[in-house]
Amino acid sequence: MPNDLTNKIEKHTIAVLVDNEPGVLARVIGLFSGRGYNIESLTVSEVDKENNLSRITVVTSGTRMIVEQIKAQLERLVPVHRVRDLTDEGPCIERELALVKVVGTGERRNEAMRIAGIFNARVVDATLSSFIFELTGTAHELGDFIGLMSELGLVEISRTGVVAISRGAAGF
Amino acid sequence: MAEQLLSGAEIILKALKDQGVEVIFGYPGGAVLPIYDALFKQNDLRHILVRHEQAAVHAAEGYARSTGKVGCVLVTSGPGATNAVTGLTDALLDSIPLVCISGQVPTHLIGNDAFQEADTTGITRSCTKHNYLVKDVANLARTLHEAFLVARSGRPGPVLIDIPKDVQFNEGPYVAPHEVRHKTYRPQVKPDLARVEEAIDLIAGAKRPIFYVGGGVVNSGPLASKLLTAFVRMTGYPCTNTLMGLGTFPASDPQFLGMLGMHGTYEANLAMHGCDVMIAVGARFDDRVTGKIADFAPGSKKIHIDIDPSSINKNVRVDVPVIGDAAHVLEDMIRLWKARQKRPDQAALRDWWSQINIWRKRDCLRYQKTDKIIKPQYALERLREAIRGVDHYITTEVGQHQMWAAQFLPFDQPNRWLTSGGLGTMGYGLPAAIGVQIAHPEALVVDVAGEASIMMNIQEMSTAVQYGAPVKVFILNNQYMGMVRQWQELLHGSRYSESQLTSMPDFIKLAEAFGAVGLRATKVSELDDVIGEMIATRRPVIVDIAVDPTENCFPMIPGGRAHNEMLLGPADRTEDSTPEDGMVLV
Repeated sequence: MPNDLTNKIEKHTIAVLVDNEPGVLARVIGLFSGRGYNIESLTVSEVDKENNLSRITVVTSGTRMIVEQIKAQLERLVPVHRVRDLTDEGPCIERELALVKVVGTGERRNEAMRIAGIFNARVVDATLSSFIFELTGTAHELGDFIGLMSELGLVEISRTGVVAISRGAAGF
Repeated sequence: MAEQLLSGAEIILKALKDQGVEVIFGYPGGAVLPIYDALFKQNDLRHILVRHEQAAVHAAEGYARSTGKVGCVLVTSGPGATNAVTGLTDALLDSIPLVCISGQVPTHLIGNDAFQEADTTGITRSCTKHNYLVKDVANLARTLHEAFLVARSGRPGPVLIDIPKDVQFNEGPYVAPHEVRHKTYRPQVKPDLARVEEAIDLIAGAKRPIFYVGGGVVNSGPLASKLLTAFVRMTGYPCTNTLMGLGTFPASDPQFLGMLGMHGTYEANLAMHGCDVMIAVGARFDDRVTGKIADFAPGSKKIHIDIDPSSINKNVRVDVPVIGDAAHVLEDMIRLWKARQKRPDQAALRDWWSQINIWRKRDCLRYQKTDKIIKPQYALERLREAIRGVDHYITTEVGQHQMWAAQFLPFDQPNRWLTSGGLGTMGYGLPAAIGVQIAHPEALVVDVAGEASIMMNIQEMSTAVQYGAPVKVFILNNQYMGMVRQWQELLHGSRYSESQLTSMPDFIKLAEAFGAVGLRATKVSELDDVIGEMIATRRPVIVDIAVDPTENCFPMIPGGRAHNEMLLGPADRTEDSTPEDGMVLV
């Protein structure tokens, strides 16, 4: 039990393995909204078809006491199998994917293309006046890329939210 | 052999019987007619027809809390389910095991805004421990058994199962309870022994210890109260109860300090404030108990025994969390306490008790005695004397009368005191009393009420009369929403905004209109006779006691204040007693 009594706000990435049943996502989201916890990002998808399991990755922030409370409350939900605090458990890999639509011609279009090259963004759709870039990276890298594109004709962004997995050989 | 198929409605009733249900509290409607038809064709399950679905849930709470069994509720779709929401929330906050079955429109109409359709699982998701929508009769029996498991185990709570009408008609297989094993749900019952060792070391080393015991010990079962009492006596330490925990430690025991918290005793609150080791058992450090968190029991080490890991460190940071069922933990504690030959520090304990006895001498529940008007405390003292030695259960509504009942009525056993602690639901007491009386037909069941609260579910007198449930409604009638008036007097310059009840029914005529008995006492000299007649009457009774309208409930810790900043009576200054940030607290 951590005994950090400070009110420092920490950011945590939490992975939750749940039964893939109707309403389970609403339960998790309702828990956060009902108890006033923050959600910075939340992703969910089935990960085990045979056992009907989904994995929810939620990025949240709060004091140490709040984060511990969030995990305890998540574990209390009946369809929840397991809760892991990836931030606490050591280094983890976090990734997010963004689709970014940029409209422009001439030098702005060339510049967008150059920057996309630097960030290793892929072009997944192109017209004479637009690109759609696909970029995978940390939330921070995506933010940097989008920041640059906003000067170069950015018109639309779609982001997946963070998915994360712990480093090393150990499984969930 | 071909598997025998049953209709959904038959599966429901078979599952309830296999789960040991004997009584269901409910109200029929279109979406549950197949279940009511199946009920008609059998004699094992008794159905109690209430007058409002909220009351069905409270009655089931009363039944559950007084028996230790799971309470069972049956309501229809739409308004039937939405009316049940207050009761479900009440059961969630007080950890009462319930299974509520609600009808739903047929599966093909779900989402069409059909007649009496409501998104019941959506609405009740945050006011149940868990809920289900069963769309396939093949899953029905399993889901029902799971619901009972979830409701009664771990930290108990209400579980709702929403069952569309077509599922009640469709035929499917039945599975017995023992064939169902839950995939994920495994509450921790047995404690980590290393934590128990840590706890008993701390307990043995204490100089100024206190046991702070809540409703979790009631939920654990009567054995937990026995073990708790044995352990507290073994140590010789003082013990206080929360509102929900009253009865877990005998009120008649000299080690009992009374209830703690906002309207708790002076000695209990000061002992909490001054303790060096706090042993919290099945209690959750709620705001009515802690007062100002920053000044709560400063400098104390805290042991927290709870079955719900999310209760640990939720409001107050504790030093030794022990997760497990109260009876299991206490059993291990007693065993290890003996095995390690632990002895309390007798010299320190003597000093601690002499300090506590000084606090006790303040006689904090003292009130102005008079023969000119019935003081509500006096009415309860007379009730206390009259029911001594009678097998009795007490329920309450919510407000001043509830706090006075907690202060003035002693409980030596668990499951005898039923009150809406967490949600504070006015209208809880009468239907809860009916639920208790159905479970204990021979016992004396008294709903200590206020005249405002009782109006919230007064229609249930009709239920009591129908089933010959001889509940007694003991109204302390002060012509105000007393607790609202008290707060307005203390915090809002005596501006009694909408808290006076200028038109109330004649409760004697009202009782008679329902087919019950009405009694009234307006003078001190009438009180004992009225109470005696109430107890002697084997029919439902409403007793209207005209009490002092201006009486306030003390002691009181004003919002935002600490345990050592109590108001002991009307003479204490109140104007500057509540800090501004305390005003916003409820």
